[in-house]
Order: sequence, then C-alpha cells, then structure tokens
Amino acid sequence: MSARRLLEILALTLAMGLAAVSPSHAVQPGEVLQDPVLEARARALSEGLRCLVCQNQSIDDSDAPLAKDLRVLVRERLTAGDSDDEILDFVVARYGEFVLLKPRFTPHTWLLWLATPVVLLAAAAAIIFAHRRRNLATEGPKPLTASEKRRLKRLIGEG
Amino acid sequence: MIAEVGHYALILALGVAIVQTVLPLIGTRLRDPQLTAVAVPAAQAEFILIGFAFLALMTAYVTSDFSVANVWQNSHSAKPMLYKISGVWGNHEGSMLLWVLILALFGAAVSTFGKNLPRQLQANVLAVQGSIAVAFLLFIIITSNPFMRIDPAPFDGEGLNPVLQDPALAFHPPFLYVGYVGFSMAFSFAVAALIDGRIDAAWARWVRPWTLAAWMCLTLGIAMGSWWAYYELGWGGFWFWDPVENASFMPWLAGTALLHSALVMEKRDALKVWTILLAIITFSLSLMGTFLVRSGVLTSVHAFAVDPERGVFILAIMGVFIGGALVLFAWRAPLLTQGGLFAPISREGSLVLNNLLLTVACAAVLVGTLYPLALEALTGDKISVGAPFFNLTFVPLIVPLLIAMPFGPLLAWKRGDLLAAAQRLTAAAVVSLAVIIVVLALHQNGPWLAPLGIGIGVWLIVGAVTEIAYRVKMFDASGEEVWRRLRNLPRAAYGGALAHAGVGVMVIGLVATSAWREERIVALAPGGSVDIAGYQLTFKGVVPRIGPNYRERVGTFVISRGGSQFTVLHPSKREFTVERSTTTESGIHNGWRGDLYVVLGDQLKDGAFSVRVYFNPLVRLIWIGALIMFFGGAVSLSDRRLRVGAPKRARTKAAMATGGK
Repeated sequence: MSARRLLEILALTLAMGLAAVSPSHAVQPGEVLQDPVLEARARALSEGLRCLVCQNQSIDDSDAPLAKDLRVLVRERLTAGDSDDEILDFVVARYGEFVLLKPRFTPHTWLLWLATPVVLLAAAAAIIFAHRRRNLATEGPKPLTASEKRRLKRLIGEG
Repeated sequence: MIAEVGHYALILALGVAIVQTVLPLIGTRLRDPQLTAVAVPAAQAEFILIGFAFLALMTAYVTSDFSVANVWQNSHSAKPMLYKISGVWGNHEGSMLLWVLILALFGAAVSTFGKNLPRQLQANVLAVQGSIAVAFLLFIIITSNPFMRIDPAPFDGEGLNPVLQDPALAFHPPFLYVGYVGFSMAFSFAVAALIDGRIDAAWARWVRPWTLAAWMCLTLGIAMGSWWAYYELGWGGFWFWDPVENASFMPWLAGTALLHSALVMEKRDALKVWTILLAIITFSLSLMGTFLVRSGVLTSVHAFAVDPERGVFILAIMGVFIGGALVLFAWRAPLLTQGGLFAPISREGSLVLNNLLLTVACAAVLVGTLYPLALEALTGDKISVGAPFFNLTFVPLIVPLLIAMPFGPLLAWKRGDLLAAAQRLTAAAVVSLAVIIVVLALHQNGPWLAPLGIGIGVWLIVGAVTEIAYRVKMFDASGEEVWRRLRNLPRAAYGGALAHAGVGVMVIGLVATSAWREERIVALAPGGSVDIAGYQLTFKGVVPRIGPNYRERVGTFVISRGGSQFTVLHPSKREFTVERSTTTESGIHNGWRGDLYVVLGDQLKDGAFSVRVYFNPLVRLIWIGALIMFFGGAVSLSDRRLRVGAPKRARTKAAMATGGK
C-alpha cells in the first residue's frame, strides 16, 4: 500500500468519524451562491453526486465534511464558468464513476440500463405468445354436423 | 436463568419445527391421517415455544439484564421503557427472533383457523412453514444467538442507536416483518399445491386473505419507515431508493401483483401457473430483503467477504428455498390444468397488464439494487445506482399502470368493452383535465409534468368513485334501489376502490411535494426572521434542556402569517450521552396546504445559527394515501367471502332467495 493510499484511507476514516459525531446540515448558508441560476444548477448537479463516505446519500443531502468540500468544489467550477458536463467529468476524473448517482451508459452498465426494457419486451412477448398458443389449442367448438343439426331441430321442436 | 430458559425453548422449537416438517409430509404421502394430523398441534407448540423465547428476551431487556450480551450491546438502564421493548428487535439477533415468531404466528393461525381447509393441503402448508422455521431457527441458534451471556456482567448497557429511539421506528420492523413473513403463507400454499399437483379456485380463496393481510402490514410498515425518514433524518426527504428501502419495496410490488392475479384465479380459474410462480417470487424477494439487510452485504461487499458467516448462511437458506421451489415448480407446474379463457380486452386482460407492469417495475428495482453489488463482486468496479436511475426506469412503467387502473374494474370478465368503460370514465377524465388546467394556471413556471401528475392522482380518485357509482347503478336506478345495492355490494369491492383511491391520494402528495417544495437556507441570529410560502418565521433563540437519556438544545421559532402569530415550533438537536451521537428533531407545522418544516443547524462562528426551512406542499397525502390503502385492505379482508368459505355464502344466498319468495 502506497503512502498516498494510506493517507486517503486515513482521511476517509477521519471524515466518517467526524460525520458520526458532529452532523451539521447539508447545504450551509455560507455555501449558497449569489446568482440564483448558478445556484439552481449547483443544486441539480449536487443531487446527482454521491457523498462518498455516506450510505446512498447525495452530497446535497449529506452532512459529511467531504460532501461539503464537493459542494463547494462544484460551486467553484460553476462560478469559473464550466458547463455541467465539464464539472461532472472533472468530479469523475477525481473520484471515479462511483460518485455519479446516475451511472453513465458505458459497456459495463449496458446490462443495467437495458435490463428493464428487455425484460418488459420479453414479458410482453411471452404473454402474447401464451395467448396465441391457447387460442390455437382451443379453436372454439367445431361446427355441427348435418345429423346433429337435424337432431337439434327435432329437440327444439321445429322438426 | 430466564435467558437460559429462553435459549432452551428456542432449541425445543427447532425440534418441534423438524417434527412439523417431516411427519406431515410423510403422512400425506402415505395417506396416514394420524401422521398428517401432527401438523396442527406441532405448529401451535412451535408458536408457544418461540413466543416463550421471545418473551424471555423481552424480560431481559425490560429488567436491563446486562449479563445477556445482546441486552448489553443494545440497551441502557436510562432508556425509556418503550425503547427498551423495541430494543428487542432493534438489533440483528432480536429481529431474527421476531422474524421466526411471526412465522410461527402465521403457522399457528393456519392450524387454528384453517379448519375448513382440506386436511392434506393444511398439513402440507404447515410442513413447508415448518421447514422455513427450521432454517431460520438454525440460523439464529448457530450464528445469531440472542441469549449469549457475558461474565462478568457489565455495569450498564451501551444503548440503542439514537435515531432508532423513535415511536414510528419502534413499530416499523414488526409491521414490515408481518408483511415479509406473511408472504411465506402464499409461498407455503404454492409449494403445497405443487406437491399435491392440484390447484383450484378454492386455493386462491384461501391464499388471498393471508396475502392481503401481509400486504396491508407491509404497506403500513413501509409508510412508517418513510414517515420516520421524513421527520427524523432532518431534510424532509421521504424516499431515497436506498437498497434497504428497495429490499422492502420489491416484495410489496410483487405482492401487489400477486393479490391481483389471485383475484383472477379465484374468480375465473385462470392464470394458475403464473399465480403459483408469483407466490414463489414474492416470498423469494422477502427472503432476499432479509438477506440484503441482515448480511451486511449492502454496507460493503468487502465487509461481507471478511465476515461471511451470517451472510453465507442466509444465502444458503435463500438458495435452498428459492431453488427448491423453482425446481418443484418446473417439475410439477405442467400438471396444473389451465382454465378460464379470456379476450385481451377484459377484466382478466387488465389484470395481466397490471401484473406485467408491476413485475417489470419490480425487476427494474431489483436490477438497480443488485447491479452495483454484482459488478463490484465480479469486476471490482464501483458504481452507484441512485434515484436518477429509478426515476428513469421505474416511473415510466408505473405511469401507464396508473392511467390504466380505473379501466380495470369497469371491464367485464371474459370479454370487456373498452369503449363503454371509457364512456363511463368521461366524468373522471373531465374532472382530471379541469384540475390539470387549474394547476397549470397556478404554477406557470413549471415543472411542466407536475400538473399531469396531479391530474393522474385525481383521475384515480374519481375513477374509484365512478366504479362504485356504476356498480350500484347510481344514475339509472331509483334511490331505494341504489341504497339496497350500496348495502349489498361486497366489502371487497369497497376495499378495492378505496385502495385504488388511496394510490391516487398518494400520487398527488408525491407529485406536489417533489415539484413545488420551497426551501430557505439562512444564518439566523436570535431576533432574525425568514419568509417562506406566506409564513414568517422569527427566531427567538436556543435554550438547553435535559431529557431522560439525552441533552438537547431547543430552538424557538414564532410562526406568523399575515402579521398575526399562530404557532411556535421547537426544532432541536439532541445529544445522546451514552451513545455519543446526535439526532435532529425537526419542528413541523402541519397546515392544510402542506408542512412547514424547520431544522436547527449548528452554531456558526459569528454566533448565528444555520437554519433550514422547508415548505413541503401536500406532503402528508403520501402517508394518508398509504393509510387509505391499508384501510381498503382491511375493508376487503372483512368481506365474509374471505372470512368463511364460499359454499356458506352460496347457501345463505339461496336461503335468502327462497325466503324472499
């Protein structure tokens, strides 16, 4: 394990410890940007970014100091004039794909994104197939033969 | 002493469960009535023994017996009594004990109230229930024994996680487990039917009340969890698509589908094989939920790999039961005869659509929950699958289901008339459109899809009313006739309509609060104020206070509207001394337009406090909707058709007909 990796782990543990003892409250008054348009973009971006030391929280919701750093980072890039995509690329380059709550459509997530539509189509096809097969299996009653027709007429008293 | 007796009762229960599994199965094979009859007393004895073990553990908690390791780890003498009791299931070992207790409760219920069941079916069902109990009792005794002692006994306990010390969360697990475990009834009936190779409409009638009861409790349990998250976690969110939530949501989706397909089976003798499969899937998802939450695999794949004993055990249980049931299904299902033909446009057809969309939606949640785990285990790549994924995959499946929902009950069995149903829904469509237009006019800045969402909610509610109105011929019969029909309409019809309307109410709450939530994040010094949604909040300051097992700093906010004060909110921050952690207690004012939600944050360097204020419009409708769904289920469950066998009803009907002449 390199010294850098060790430091990273230390920092993460420390951050987690801090998060456990002194939860503050997600977005702080001091962080909010003056420009409401930029702030709205910052919030939208934050909602899609995962707090790395929490369990399934976005940095927008999280109390952890690390989430705060990321929120501030996003806002810095925004004020610097970056586009949303540039900011996401920047964050992913730093923290990895793990930081995105909405995974990108890449070969290792093809199955993730395509599974639902494929299951839907397969299930719909199976239902249609089963329906067809059952209709074929029970083609409805055969038409009456001539003798049966005569018998029926006699029975209902027309003969 | 009591702990040892509890431990002993648990081991005895394991023995009884083995008897309950083995003897009735042999009995039904050999057609030996005496062996078959063992199932009934065995199931009752199992319940009594596990109940005793549970009470033993509860006694240890109530008396704060810290020589029991489990009590020491999860309780504290200064904890309020309610949380001493709920602490029993607020931990891994105790919650597994609750799990088997509920399992045994259902078994005892079948043996006590299932007198009108065919002996063979009842014995097989109880044997399958017994086998599940064997697996989980072994799991508890071998890997998660709650009765372990420590010597010397510590002076005091370590306390219960403060966020769990909350009334809603105290009762959240029992309801959730009644839901999870309740689906084991459907599973056991399905496996029993497969063992028998025989299944008929009566089977569905016996399965439906159990499934319905489980579904009701699961609905309430999930709603309680979400309500707790809303007010306790301190930012007003109510659903996070967290794997733990998904673990309870998947059985709910499958269980909802099962309720509907069992309806087709009961009324029309169709969809048998599918209903059996769905019963197996639903309980499998319940088992998976237990595995996900209990094995620690969610916290980290690595943590699971480091200490795999419990996880591997539950995984093995899952493998045996799911695998076994599916093999049995593949082998025996072809024996089941299919009946009940129907046209695509019919009540059955609409229920098939319901099942298609619900199960695919369930699959979407399943994929989103398991994919990151599988990917990390296989390739080591870590990805996150969060709310945006589920919004893109789950929501598009559920919206068509909601739109189609009012049509279903208006279509006839076998062959329905879509045009006639559409005509009957004209009023609902007009009302919904009017609401959409009004909402659009009120919120001209978007979001644009939100008014449509509100419209769908209204459509569901008016659609449910329409259904009842047509069933009692509200518009073409005399008042007297309508009244007679209103009284004679089966409760199941009212229950169904209520549950559908409840979904509508919930949709309105979900859409409104997601779309039009307002938020202010400010630094306030005492005397400062902030405006939101027509309210004015004035911050009066913070005072310290001492609670039973915590210290807190309580803020005071005076809320006024139009210049006149009308309420005071006290959000606080609690510091739990024993557990050394803090919780946020938000201050919530519930108005008819929505909730005003105030959270007190930390003190900033200049002495001001960071304060977050939200206005969550109509947010309560989410939980009111869930309550209506629960209530709908209860009304339906009280239908005499479900309480007693169908033949009795036919008899009374015949008796009434002759009496009338």
